Amino acid sequence: MKAGLALLSAFCLTACGDVVADTKSPPAQPQPLQSGYEFLQPQTQALQDDDFANPGFLWIDRGEALFSTATASGSACSECHTDASLPLAGAAAHYPKIDAESGDLINLEGRINLCRTRHQNEAAFEYESDELLSLTAYVAYLSRGTPISVDIEGAAADWYARGRDYFETRRGQFNLSCTQCHDDNWGKKLRGDTISQGHGTGFPAYRLEWQSLGSLHRRLRDCDAGVRAEPRPYGSDDYLAVELYLAKRAEGLEIETPGVRR
Amino acid sequence: MKTPSRHTALARRSFLQLGAAGIAAAALPLQAAADAADADAAIREIFGDKPLNEGRVSVKLPPIAENGNSVAITVAAESLMSPDDYVRRIAIFSPRNPIAEVALFKLGPRAGKAEISTRIRMAGTQRIRAVAEMSDGTLWHGSASTVVTLAACLIG
Amino acid sequence: MATIRIAAPDTASAGEVIELKALIQHPMETGYRSGPDGKRIERDIIEKFEVTYDGETVFEADLQPGIAANPIFTFYTRATASGPIVFKWTDQDGESWSETHDLTVE
Repeated sequence: MKAGLALLSAFCLTACGDVVADTKSPPAQPQPLQSGYEFLQPQTQALQDDDFANPGFLWIDRGEALFSTATASGSACSECHTDASLPLAGAAAHYPKIDAESGDLINLEGRINLCRTRHQNEAAFEYESDELLSLTAYVAYLSRGTPISVDIEGAAADWYARGRDYFETRRGQFNLSCTQCHDDNWGKKLRGDTISQGHGTGFPAYRLEWQSLGSLHRRLRDCDAGVRAEPRPYGSDDYLAVELYLAKRAEGLEIETPGVRR
Repeated sequence: MKTPSRHTALARRSFLQLGAAGIAAAALPLQAAADAADADAAIREIFGDKPLNEGRVSVKLPPIAENGNSVAITVAAESLMSPDDYVRRIAIFSPRNPIAEVALFKLGPRAGKAEISTRIRMAGTQRIRAVAEMSDGTLWHGSASTVVTLAACLIG
Repeated sequence: MATIRIAAPDTASAGEVIELKALIQHPMETGYRSGPDGKRIERDIIEKFEVTYDGETVFEADLQPGIAANPIFTFYTRATASGPIVFKWTDQDGESWSETHDLTVE
């Protein structure tokens, strides 16, 4: 416990030393944009680059199998989504987006679950279930290499503003905002790590920390827990809004799924 | 608890696992700690009391690992791998993990090449050891070190 | 279910030393961690990995919790005869998973 306290103060000394309290200024977004990949040790990068050994492919293989397997109602994803009709290559780069039918902001997980309830007559998968992670990873993988480009106009504008607000608001016992690390101090050392720019381009990603594949929302929950703030639920509006803000902030970077992160 | 330095090692180890498993992991079983003597004992248990010759075994590890949950390792032994001169067994040992033995591989002349790559867990900075047992019964030993760094955020 | 990935050549010449890679989805839970509820997570590991080819075990591994989650192994064997290479994993409770790769030796 003593060691834990020492560490907690070490975190604060390093991270809070030269931060500015003003959250009203325009976002000092990172330039040039660099994927989280650039902040990894070479052997972690090598694991992401290896299309056999990258453990994320275990989920992608499963996702591919689920995609082409008929559900109980009789239809498989692959029956509607072919190369000729409703192809999914590149589609993930434009999420989150507003769902035309409901007017809600949805991410890839949400789109997959809407397909299940609207077109396949199936129940939605639970967030972070192996099935939803596998399908999400597979669909994102179909867009690997596609630059991210999202729409923040119209109904999405309020979501974008909400996401930016979440990103820039100090929270938790450490009283830290996302922007203080990932806009103001990226590239600097925080204990053994180099602070990244905080892009979600590799997600769902295999984190060595998790020893598993996980969603962007799981990562955001860890960020909130890291500053000792209460994590929001998976699929919550706050995190959907942050996901849209992050996607716009990372615009131009390519989808890397399955990323490997520390 | 044998020496003061062992206390330090334990505190550090608790810490790493705290990072891996969250705050709830603070109550770790204190008996779950190996040290250099445990690695020696594990080697003797598998290979017996024969002398360990230095050489013929190489261990390849990265100089730095940013997370101890999965560290790439390659272990190789020099051998003709012919029907009468081959590597029988190779084992990997950690002097700092809760269990000193990490894996034991059984090969034979049909392997053609005595080299194995895998990924291991490392409960902190340490020198990983490997022992190869040749078909003539001799034991050979090699090792390599990796620094396991501490992550920025404790709850992962 | 466990997803398995195998990388091995489809053809080889007799006597050639070939590289085999095998990856399986498994948590390799050590038994030393606690979950979010503070309770110890039960040990759950694959204890044995065995590869048979041309009538013999050509590679065998006894695994401890020190092997990382989603275990991967890269190793070698000498191509002798055309036939199946069988990769088999067995966990601590005796449950097993296997995958076969057919090799043609020219």
